[in-house]
Amino acid sequence: MSEMNQEVSVNEVKEDRVAGKEILRMVNVSKHFAQVVANKDVNLTVVEGEVHALLGENGAGKSTLMNVLYGLYAPSAGEVYYKGEKVEIHSPGQAINLGIGMVHQHFMLIPALSAIENVVLGYEGNGTVLDLKAAAKTFSDMSKQYGMAIDPWMRVEQLSVGQQQRLEILKALYRDAELLILDEPTAVLTPQEVENLFDIIRQLTKEGKTIIFISHKLNEIMTICDRCTVLRNGRVAAEGLPVKDIKNANQLAELMVGQTVNLKTDKSVAKPGEVVLQVKNVSALNDRKLQALNDVSFEIRAGEILGVAGVDGNGQSELVKVLTGLIPASEGQVRISGVDCINKSPKQILEHGVSHIPEDRQKMGMIAAMNLRENICLMEYDRMPYSGKGGLLRWSWIDEHSRELCSKYQVRTPGVQELAGNLSGGNQQKLVVGRELDREPKLLIAVHPSRGLDIGATKYIQSRIVEERDRGAAVLLVSTELDEVMDLSDRIIVLYEGEIMGTIEQKDADRNALGLLMAGIKNNEAQAG
Amino acid sequence: MKHSLSTKVTNFVRNLYYPIVAIVASLLLGSLVIIATSTTSPIDAYRSLFVGAFGGLRQFDETLLKAIPFIFTALSFAMAKRCGIINLGAEGQFAIGALMGTIVGVSFPNLPLYLHLPLTLIAGFLGGALFGLIPAVLKVQFGASELITTIMLNYIAKELISYFVNGPIMDSASSSYPQSAPIPETARLGRLIPGMRVHWGLVLALLAVLFYYVYLWKTKGGYELRVVGLNPHAGSYAGMNIKRSIIRSMIFAGGFAGLGGCIEIIAVQGRLMMTSFAVSYGFTGIAVALLGSNNPVGIVVAGLLFGGLQNGALKMQAMTTASSSVVLVVQALVILFVAGRLMFRLRTGRYLKQRTLAIPPVAMDERGEQR
Repeated sequence: MSEMNQEVSVNEVKEDRVAGKEILRMVNVSKHFAQVVANKDVNLTVVEGEVHALLGENGAGKSTLMNVLYGLYAPSAGEVYYKGEKVEIHSPGQAINLGIGMVHQHFMLIPALSAIENVVLGYEGNGTVLDLKAAAKTFSDMSKQYGMAIDPWMRVEQLSVGQQQRLEILKALYRDAELLILDEPTAVLTPQEVENLFDIIRQLTKEGKTIIFISHKLNEIMTICDRCTVLRNGRVAAEGLPVKDIKNANQLAELMVGQTVNLKTDKSVAKPGEVVLQVKNVSALNDRKLQALNDVSFEIRAGEILGVAGVDGNGQSELVKVLTGLIPASEGQVRISGVDCINKSPKQILEHGVSHIPEDRQKMGMIAAMNLRENICLMEYDRMPYSGKGGLLRWSWIDEHSRELCSKYQVRTPGVQELAGNLSGGNQQKLVVGRELDREPKLLIAVHPSRGLDIGATKYIQSRIVEERDRGAAVLLVSTELDEVMDLSDRIIVLYEGEIMGTIEQKDADRNALGLLMAGIKNNEAQAG
Repeated sequence: MKHSLSTKVTNFVRNLYYPIVAIVASLLLGSLVIIATSTTSPIDAYRSLFVGAFGGLRQFDETLLKAIPFIFTALSFAMAKRCGIINLGAEGQFAIGALMGTIVGVSFPNLPLYLHLPLTLIAGFLGGALFGLIPAVLKVQFGASELITTIMLNYIAKELISYFVNGPIMDSASSSYPQSAPIPETARLGRLIPGMRVHWGLVLALLAVLFYYVYLWKTKGGYELRVVGLNPHAGSYAGMNIKRSIIRSMIFAGGFAGLGGCIEIIAVQGRLMMTSFAVSYGFTGIAVALLGSNNPVGIVVAGLLFGGLQNGALKMQAMTTASSSVVLVVQALVILFVAGRLMFRLRTGRYLKQRTLAIPPVAMDERGEQR
């Protein structure tokens, strides 16, 4: 068997050398899951030293294709050539030995261990006696070379998200990766961190590394990538398209979605009503007992969207947790529709018509091991019509309601008995958003509502949020995506180190002004400077 | 609808897969022990084991009898596990239930049966529940790990039994042997069918299983327990009281075990002795719950299986040269295999991952185009 492969590969090698300095070629790769086709006859050719974008909506088959390459899945059909040789990759270990490294969207790090311990974890080049100091030296030299300095002795839980990502990249480089797969690397980053990542990518390609950049964010692809392969419904919609030949993001979006798309969210002028949420001089500590919120005051009226911009970790999480009763405030006042709601239990606050789209849907917003209907009744399971007298749940009503909700909010699922964990990320988010909006809240708190979603799902969820505003809900929108905040909000406040740096009306908002506030520079200071 | 039915069937088959693999593998490994320790062939030994357990009405009767306490202790473990708590204290809760039942049983000799028997059963339930409440409170108030506290409480329970049968409830009339007086007729649980040994405890066990199912899957209280067990973050996000859920689950868990202990005394053993708990009911219950995947039907089936093993062992020892201890080896292996199935999962991880990923939205997109 293996001899036959070798014979074939010898022939192929000649061809490939003629073809040029390509590093990876995937030919007619198909992957079926039972009757479901995730990839069909996919071709992907990656040239050494380039940044190759793999673009597609959620569920288009990007991850499946990369998992085939990384040895996590065996392809149903097709061939993979790496550096001109036909390879059959059966495990990630084998992929790593070949020089393929992957940075997953959800980092594969152990928070309690130090950076260097994470780097050498499972590394086959370790000696019998682990010499962490020597490893740390190599690691530090390498991290300086690529311009991503990280203290090797710092514990991972102390690193920011951006640093953790750099650590993942360095981990792959430590294993001599030449081809790096970055799976949606910007999904968890702030604008500044994205810029840093792009610098790192440029540095990497300068050093001769090759990058496969998985994304559905068009602007990023236009900025950083050399060529682009677009997947749609598991098939190739465009192969190896040079990015410089692409006129604008709309053209890419059309290739990805298969139809014309409008990238802007339509929104009429807000008609604010009475005050729904009043926050006065609120301060709070985070879970490490450090000051996370300092004297924060603002109000939101019915029918308006207040955006909260800021670099991640500047008090947004704590603000939302104080408002929803998940952590106590040390000082201040919160009133919802005039009722005092400071330091009340989550249940009491929910009673006042508050809906909360949490920042981490998988950790907080849903129960992956429960089915859809059990997730849909999560917030109101203890009242009519979800449950009746005697504390019995009314499953037949919940079933019917769940089916309606899934079709209304476009949650694609085989049925309401499906486990929520089996849905794609976009559908999970639609499930959470649908459940929260369906309660017709007076106050909607939406945190990163479109994090990790593709264009279609993002636009859909954003327009539903605007619809909620038009219905008369007060909306608190927390997002680190500046475009999202600027598009949707009627007013924007900027949080920096737990304080409000300024309030900007939508018409006055531009990236520059917001960027300065996000960096902690107040308006007058900026003007003075 | 058709889809959900077929998923149900595949899920059912998939759930059966590991337990069956575990049992078959344990029996195979157990046969090595038989070969090594006796002159009997494993086939003969297992045949007499099976005949002893399920070979006829009389044998099946005895198997049912032995299964009853295991079903209760398995429910105890499963109820706590559904709320994310590892209850290793069914052993102690079972004993305290037996103690409380015995105390009420022997203390009111003049009550009529319709009062005395229910009171005795309630005392058994409450005794276990109280003993389950202690680790729950320690956990929610002080963060003490229930793994440690429940194990430690097992020893306390044993010492309490020892104290009581040597002192307050010692049967002074009969002898100086450390045991309680016999349970009077008014507090005894009778036989279900005349001529057979199986008693009304079987009905109570099945009712307990029914309660377990209805409570967890049909009521809002049970729903809370399951949400907290699967994702406490989502629980507090939805406004649930995590601490109260944990306490509730441990009250039920302890209560199940306590009821089982009480029934074992008032229906089978007839009086409380130091040797009443020679069979480690609590720990076998953990095995039953694990093998039955904390599923109501699974617990009943696994309970019958372990009852059968326990029962058939004697027959095997009598008929062949194989020791009845082989059964303990087989039981231990079953636990290892079931507990170790995560290991199987890791190794076959990618295949399982494929199955769970088999319903991506692509499927829905393409359904129209493709067929």
